[in-house]
Amino acid sequence: MQQYEWDFGAVLAYWPMLLQGLWGTVAISVLAIILGILGGGLVATLRMSRHTPLRVVGTIYVEFYRNTPGIVHFFWVYYALPVVANVNLGPLEAAIIALATQSSAFYAEVLRGGIQSIGKGQWEGATALGMSHTEALRRIIVPQAARRMVAPFVERSFEIIKTSSLASTLAYGELLYQGMQVASITYRPLETYTLLALIYFLLLYLLSSLAKLAEDRLQEV
Amino acid sequence: MSDTPTPEAGAPILRSVGLRKSFGSLDVLKGIDLDVKRGDRIAIIGGSGSGKSTLLRCLNFMECPTGGQVILDGERIGDARVAKDGSETITYRERDLMAVRKRVGMVFQQFNLFPHMSTVENVMEGLVTVLRRPKAEARERAAQELARVGLGDKLDVYPGRLSGGQQQRVAIARALAMDPEVLLFDEPTSSLDPELVGEVLRTILSLAEDGRTMLLVTHELGFAYRFATHVIYLSDGVVHETGTAEEVFRNPQRDKTRAFIARSSEFSL
Amino acid sequence: MGYQFDFSMVIKILPVLWRGVIVTVELTVACLAVGLILGFFVALLRVSPAAPLRFVGRAFVEIFRNIPALIQLIWFFYAFPIVIGAQLSPFVAAVLGISLNTAAFSAEIYRSGIQSIERGQWEGAMAIGMSRAATFRRVVLPQVFRRMLPAFTNRAVEVAKVTSLASVLSVHELMYQGRVLSSTFYRPLEILTTVGLVYLVMIYPMTWASAAMERRMRRRA
Repeated sequence: MQQYEWDFGAVLAYWPMLLQGLWGTVAISVLAIILGILGGGLVATLRMSRHTPLRVVGTIYVEFYRNTPGIVHFFWVYYALPVVANVNLGPLEAAIIALATQSSAFYAEVLRGGIQSIGKGQWEGATALGMSHTEALRRIIVPQAARRMVAPFVERSFEIIKTSSLASTLAYGELLYQGMQVASITYRPLETYTLLALIYFLLLYLLSSLAKLAEDRLQEV
Repeated sequence: MSDTPTPEAGAPILRSVGLRKSFGSLDVLKGIDLDVKRGDRIAIIGGSGSGKSTLLRCLNFMECPTGGQVILDGERIGDARVAKDGSETITYRERDLMAVRKRVGMVFQQFNLFPHMSTVENVMEGLVTVLRRPKAEARERAAQELARVGLGDKLDVYPGRLSGGQQQRVAIARALAMDPEVLLFDEPTSSLDPELVGEVLRTILSLAEDGRTMLLVTHELGFAYRFATHVIYLSDGVVHETGTAEEVFRNPQRDKTRAFIARSSEFSL
Repeated sequence: MGYQFDFSMVIKILPVLWRGVIVTVELTVACLAVGLILGFFVALLRVSPAAPLRFVGRAFVEIFRNIPALIQLIWFFYAFPIVIGAQLSPFVAAVLGISLNTAAFSAEIYRSGIQSIERGQWEGAMAIGMSRAATFRRVVLPQVFRRMLPAFTNRAVEVAKVTSLASVLSVHELMYQGRVLSSTFYRPLEILTTVGLVYLVMIYPMTWASAAMERRMRRRA
């Protein structure tokens, strides 16, 4: 068997393209996280509403996103949504909409899980003092739930960063897409994709280590 | 292990010599000498942190001693190696410890029944998996033991459906099924609601009628007095006083012992 | 609105989608089976008393959890063949990538299950003379499976969703069929919506089963 000659140099020469891709990944991830938090709050409110129709809408939203693959959302937003809504969507907009709506569903579940994990006794203690439902939520329930939500929230955010790689299928220039370009230019898929895997690994491993550090600090408080 | 020798009358079945146990820098047992003759019923009493549970757990090697010897039926457990400077290192092989545990049984404070097996399966488990008896024979034996502790009608019930007292009696049956030469009880009633303590203590007392060799760690001093032939009062990791139950409970020689026993309403002087 | 939703299109494409469903199911079952078995051995590494083995287990888990699934698939199809000097079919590459990914996540489920078994269970078994191996086999493992069944079912849901990424490697599973049909008939709205609904119908029962199991377990406790 012919010995393969590894040549990372050829691939690393294109580091500006990869850096661009990394920036693209970070950009849509951050946007999706922020929009997702806002959307998640909205959907969570629907999910926990006292009005059944609102609860149903929220539940359908969440269950749809939980039980269908991400790539379907990306393609649907890019190809199908323009038909229904009569708009023109570029890869960037489509990617952000898909990623943000997905993350809204998952953050909504984190919120709901956190809030519902606070025992009934806390609600009763608050309302017995004369607080309204919203006041109780804001001053008693959410502060306690917040601590429990940090870990699942962070885990979900990592999932978003990983899912951003799906935007490559829409030809949006995040890291994977750029990597695929570099691979075809250099004819070195082995080095390119290994390097890509390494970059993602370092990025996420670093972030998760930071998150663990922050979580430990929070526990000390 | 050698073939079982005929024991001389009165020779101890279980001994410890200079038993030590440390957890990191904390010395819990600081040199315990213990002689258990066949048919003895020994109550080990003492305050929290005195080391009584640790002592018991060293005897069936739930904990491995950090120094000293444990001798079962004349044979020392563990391989001792003496270094050039005279210091001794002891290695305990899992195989040897398993063999000890077939002969020295234990009943735990938390019962430790297997929730995914029914009552009779719990009691059978040792017979089938460890002693390799055929299932039918094991089941029959298990049913016998369960009948003996008063649970003959609960064979196929799962532990989750039993009260604490019933669960502990199943645990006793499970230990008995192995035909141990010595039975260890580690605070068997400390986790039970007060109403359920009695049924377990009665079961333990009934074993005394068969002449079983037993060691019992307990807070229940009144029960210890009725149960035991001998009593060991442990304090600070050493044997502070020892003697027959009558001697230690009715006429304690040392001040600390007296103070400890006085705390129990039955024995306040 | 002026747009006519073409239901006849939906009927027309169902046979093709059905072929895709079969491949999706094949992929899911294969990857779950291999992943669960391999994950068990990785979990054993993780809890091994030998530090080097623990390190290998940890490295495996961290690598395959931190790199996005799509990158793993692409690497096994484009890069791995160069390493071994043989071409892999898209299906095999997909199974390889997804199985290893599943193994990493499954290993963590096993591990947390094993570590959740109280010490008392080990002691109860050892006290009647059982070896560590027999204790693990007869007492610990059965309880682990029971406890972690909801988590394993959730993992099955994830695997079913991840198989859609195999479409990028041109494996003829459901998403691939959807993409091909979309570009053939220029009816992305009807086709992609149907694809999404088919996934929903396939996957939702598993999610429901997992939640039902969790409810039953909580009631028993």
